[in-house]
Amino acid sequence: MSVLLIAEHNNKEVKPFTLNAITAAAQIDQDLHVLLIGSKADDVAKSLSEVPLVKKVLHIDHEIYENYIAENYTAAILKHADKYSHIICSANTFGKNLMPRVAALLDISQVSDIIKVISPDTFLRPIYAGNAFATVKSNDEKKCVTIRPTSFEAAETTGGSAEIEKIDAADQTENTKFINREEIKSDRPELGTARIVISGGRGLQSGENFKLITDVADKLNAAIGASRAAVDAGYITNEHQVGQTGKVVVPDLYIAVGISGAIQHLAGMKESKVIVAINKDGEAPIFSVADYGLEADLFEALPQFLEELNKLNTIQK
Amino acid sequence: MKILVAVKRVIDYNVQIRVKEDGSGVVTDNVKMSTNPPDDNAIEEAVKIKESGKATEIIAVTVGEEKAQETVRKALAVGADRGIHVKVDGTIEPLAVSKILKKIVEKENPDLVFMGKQAIDDDCNQTGQMLAAHLNWPQATFASKIEVNDKSLQVTREVDEGLETIEVNTPAIVTCDLRLNEPRYASLPNIMKAKKKPIEQINASDLGVDTNPRIEHIKIEEPPKRKAGIKVASVEELVQKLKNEAKVI
Repeated sequence: MSVLLIAEHNNKEVKPFTLNAITAAAQIDQDLHVLLIGSKADDVAKSLSEVPLVKKVLHIDHEIYENYIAENYTAAILKHADKYSHIICSANTFGKNLMPRVAALLDISQVSDIIKVISPDTFLRPIYAGNAFATVKSNDEKKCVTIRPTSFEAAETTGGSAEIEKIDAADQTENTKFINREEIKSDRPELGTARIVISGGRGLQSGENFKLITDVADKLNAAIGASRAAVDAGYITNEHQVGQTGKVVVPDLYIAVGISGAIQHLAGMKESKVIVAINKDGEAPIFSVADYGLEADLFEALPQFLEELNKLNTIQK
Repeated sequence: MKILVAVKRVIDYNVQIRVKEDGSGVVTDNVKMSTNPPDDNAIEEAVKIKESGKATEIIAVTVGEEKAQETVRKALAVGADRGIHVKVDGTIEPLAVSKILKKIVEKENPDLVFMGKQAIDDDCNQTGQMLAAHLNWPQATFASKIEVNDKSLQVTREVDEGLETIEVNTPAIVTCDLRLNEPRYASLPNIMKAKKKPIEQINASDLGVDTNPRIEHIKIEEPPKRKAGIKVASVEELVQKLKNEAKVI
């Protein structure tokens, strides 16, 4: 049997986390097919076919798939599910919304957010905000699995030439309508895939003060993150939130500024390779996970940090 | 309009989790338990809708062991009208919970079902979507804003790229984000009043739902520990360490 991976895309490009999920899916079974559900998405089909790990692209193209509606995607996936041993997608808001709907209709107990493939039926996944790791074995005949994208490398995107098979659309739901999506465009690297992330917390005290963070981010070509407290307080918009119920990031360098380090925030960043904490409270829990802790007032430390960075001859990009 | 809100009892979000030495699970004895945080938002939203005159009844439901009733009692203290406790012992997976909730929905015929988007114990993020699937209802997940219209809801969802707004016809399932609202505290008089509100007890086995786990937990272990870090004395030292020791900038 083969595995079926559901691609996330915007009808023009494959979203990066799909490439991480492809790596995990190919570890489960090398006969990996990708299902692309979209509207006028031929370019996406072509780029998926060039991913060497992909053996076949199933492409459903219909205007009802212009926007991603879980109900419509589910109907399309169910038409093809019987030929596959596993149905897989990334554990971001796309896959979290979609996969349980598919799993329920197949009467499968889904395995969410895996960080390691141990065998085709056994996986490692974090529970309790990453404070415990569970090794779980699925005893369902068919499996629905979502992949924590930051735990797997992104698949190579060139050199492959998989067959693209066009398939028919499924029924459309009458009960859910897409209205709009407010995407904040930014030239900065994406939070989920950035090499460096600098995050601000409640210690920033206002949205305006986040400028101190963005100045350093510009210098380091870093993505900007935030604690839930900072998002709740309205300092910054929700797509920046790092944590148990926000995004999970695993950058080479994570700089936490004015973040106390609640369990829920640590869940989203403690696997980062190098962690820096800047906080004026020396007892803040964030220091327990920091490789380098600086006990200082962020309003003095951040401008100094930028100044010191400016003195360096080179900064890695 | 009738709103059913599903709540789950979990280890309190402030408790430092300890893994059992035999690898069978996490320590729950003498550990503070609470309502799953986004489930509090789900209750709060239902109460606000009722206060605005758009809902007539709120039913809080939980699935779990005897003590899970506490979460229903708490929901009653902040404004739910009556409760249902589906009693089941041992591990129960989201798939089974969603099948049980389907039975409750068929019995109660609510127009809306609210619950938290994710439980902070198993971090599965499945139950609402699964219930929507079983009922063939629309789903609005990760809601940070809900506008109630006559026969539909407009829901703003928190997605990776920002915010997405969809319209779903009722009946519908909404899973709630922590940013949906600010849950209120129960006042003492309301806690006293809640003690008189009815909670119906149903045994899961009487609902004809197979609750046997499909996923085996082979081992629960502590995540790898980070090696202890150091405190630096100055910004200069920090930058030098990042450049020359960690080599990340």
